[in-house]
Amino acid sequence: MFTNFEILETINMVEKEHLDIRTITMGLSLLSCVRDSAEATATAVYDLVCKRAENIVKTADELSGEYGIPIVNKRISVTPVSLITAAFPEKSGLVGKALDDAAERLGIDFLGGYSALVHKSTADYERKFIQTIPEVLATTKRLCSSVNVGSTKSGINMEAVRLMGETFKEAARLTADSDGMGAAKLVAFCNAVEDNPFMAGAFHGVGEADVVVNVGVSGPGVVKCALEKIPDANLTDAAEMIKRTAFKITRAGQLVAKEAAKRLGAEFGIVDLSLAPTPAVGDSVAAILEELGIETVGGHGTTAALAMLNDAVKKGGVMASSKVGGLSGAFIPVSEDIGMIRAAEKGAITLDKLEAMTCVCSVGLDMIAVPGDTPATTIAAIIADEAAIGMINQKTTAVRIIPAPGKKVGDEVNFGGLLGRAPVMPVHSCDSSKLINRGGSIPAPIHSFKN
Amino acid sequence: MKAIVTVTGKDKQGIIAKVSSFLASKGANIEDISQTVMGEYFAMIMMVEVVGSDGDLAALAKECSEMGKTIGMDIHMQHEDIFKAMHNV
Repeated sequence: MFTNFEILETINMVEKEHLDIRTITMGLSLLSCVRDSAEATATAVYDLVCKRAENIVKTADELSGEYGIPIVNKRISVTPVSLITAAFPEKSGLVGKALDDAAERLGIDFLGGYSALVHKSTADYERKFIQTIPEVLATTKRLCSSVNVGSTKSGINMEAVRLMGETFKEAARLTADSDGMGAAKLVAFCNAVEDNPFMAGAFHGVGEADVVVNVGVSGPGVVKCALEKIPDANLTDAAEMIKRTAFKITRAGQLVAKEAAKRLGAEFGIVDLSLAPTPAVGDSVAAILEELGIETVGGHGTTAALAMLNDAVKKGGVMASSKVGGLSGAFIPVSEDIGMIRAAEKGAITLDKLEAMTCVCSVGLDMIAVPGDTPATTIAAIIADEAAIGMINQKTTAVRIIPAPGKKVGDEVNFGGLLGRAPVMPVHSCDSSKLINRGGSIPAPIHSFKN
Repeated sequence: MKAIVTVTGKDKQGIIAKVSSFLASKGANIEDISQTVMGEYFAMIMMVEVVGSDGDLAALAKECSEMGKTIGMDIHMQHEDIFKAMHNV
């Protein structure tokens, strides 16, 4: 069986080191909800979500009580909405509102999937759909949106990139009274995955089953505490320690995922092996990198330490779960990680360093506040850079950036709760508009031709 | 189903008596027990058989934790599967 030490270790991880199941996310296909009008489709969507997910909160709370591990978030991801509103894209907002209402009724904090997949090119209905995003994000509370603008297989759709630069600006502008909260619920992806349980980028891919349960584990605090026990170990041993810790964390996730799927009558999808920080002290990815020996995250060596951390988490996690997927890696959102917030306030971490870090970890430039007067074309250029990293390295990259209305460098945005707070960071002031306005696409890289 | 009960806190008289009679009153059968006192620190780990279905354990775990507070101890009750998953390959 197990020793007393092992039992107490598990309890310690939960009590003192913030081990938790970050999210149970139920993926729901909405394809059966397509009707001949937006109104009827919205009603069908509301009914389906409320019925299929009615027990998600109750089941998660039961599992949490039985296993003694907190399950922080209960969420839902749905089929990209642009696909089910293709016949009436201007009215997609009705479906968005129905999803938000369903989320509220179920008592869940976020529902993802107000999304479009335009990585190769933008169909007319998708263009119209994307134009609805800012308004929908401003008038809903729980709905999250994402747009896939590129992939290794298809290259980068630069028209979509330009459109997303404008969409972020508009989403922030319409929510100026809450520091641009609309933009914090919006993600631009390259190589988006269909089974991601984490928000704001979760959606339910068309290749998935009707009802799926995906689980995201977490535990940056557990990894940091494990490393604290071997302060002078060399990096080989540190990587080994991270691997072993990730194994244990993921096993807990796998157990909860399988049991949750069984009780909810859904298919067990995947376990996402991510280290997801929260603004709470002791739950920080930045703190792990600092524990490894960098004075402040963002200093030279940060990218190397992060590469090792990300790889070790995957190696430990892959063996612990029968099905791994989602984003799987260390997250480095600025506003959601107390170590990142402090480093950004000190100016130790910059947008350029964060971009470098995204080459070696999931997922991308996440929860970064920039001045409100940043041009849409500059935001689009930031998205293009990040998408290029994803396209060339065959990995998922994302941008969730908040051009905070009326704010300048040195000010702060505060979203509260899990979304945290962030200092407004500087962007390069030189003009990128010609590149963005050229349009067209960046062709798929040569190494994508594998057939 | 089997659950693991851990009781930790400052040592005092009557902990085992109180915890075990509480468990008995809830129909939980103690199958294994190990207990130690390190300095002033009391630690006890028990394996118990709990009768009932899904959901009952979560409620009982909550009662255990609340009962612990009345005697100044931390009591956790968790399904054994979580330890099996995390510590057995």
